[in-house]
Amino acid sequence: MSVVPVSYYLVLSGILFGLGVVAFVFKRNIITIFMAIELMLNAVNLAFVAFARAHNQLDGLVFVFFVIVVAAAEAAVGLAIVIVIMHNRETLNVERVNLLKF
Amino acid sequence: MSLPFLVFFACAILAVAGAIVLIVAREPIHSALALILVMMALAVLYILLGAEFIAAVQIIVYAGAVMVLFVFVIMLLNAGVEERTDWSKIAKWIGLPLGFFLLLEVAHWLAHSSVGKAVANGAGGPQTAFSTTELSTALFRQYLFPFEATSILILIAILGALVLARKAE
Repeated sequence: MSVVPVSYYLVLSGILFGLGVVAFVFKRNIITIFMAIELMLNAVNLAFVAFARAHNQLDGLVFVFFVIVVAAAEAAVGLAIVIVIMHNRETLNVERVNLLKF
Repeated sequence: MSLPFLVFFACAILAVAGAIVLIVAREPIHSALALILVMMALAVLYILLGAEFIAAVQIIVYAGAVMVLFVFVIMLLNAGVEERTDWSKIAKWIGLPLGFFLLLEVAHWLAHSSVGKAVANGAGGPQTAFSTTELSTALFRQYLFPFEATSILILIAILGALVLARKAE
């Protein structure tokens, strides 16, 4: 039974990360922008697991754990901030949250 | 084409399709469901790579907890159709070429650098799955300090979310 080469996973990871960057830049809804960040983190996780498999070492998987933990913490704090923004400014569009914009 | 390749390409196409739907969907809830699809496809890929425990954590924590949080906030804020605005000039004239350049650079690196070649030629290592026992041993021995640090990080995140979400006095 042949095995899928690790480079295939890395290319998929790169494509997903690129799509995450595109979503991050082009979306206007602040919740969707958070989702784009989660997509990028997922792409990085795939690269970590693929490299762990390539070198046959466990350390990559441990890093995936830490990435997942940080992503969960970031989502909790970020969504709390989103709720506060919604209460104060009545909008989810990032272009209307422009108080600090020059 | 053998079974692993079929599974890989099926999941890869699902993941990329989900990411594209995330970008083009105008309702945030559609984007959230597309992202859940991406995470499920990635979980199958983790199993294919032999990282079964990571796949389980991916489904339980990411697709379960984190995405439920997202869907809950979307429901709570009654987030409707996204407003479209014109592309900013910076995004159009600098962002797009730079994004394209980034993709080219990654492709070039994979194709030509020695590290990329070494990785690309490796057949993905032996096909035995990573053992969960060894993983937990590494996590609680070698990486004990980062593990404890993340627990403090989570505590801070909980406190931060509470402080942010409480009623203004």
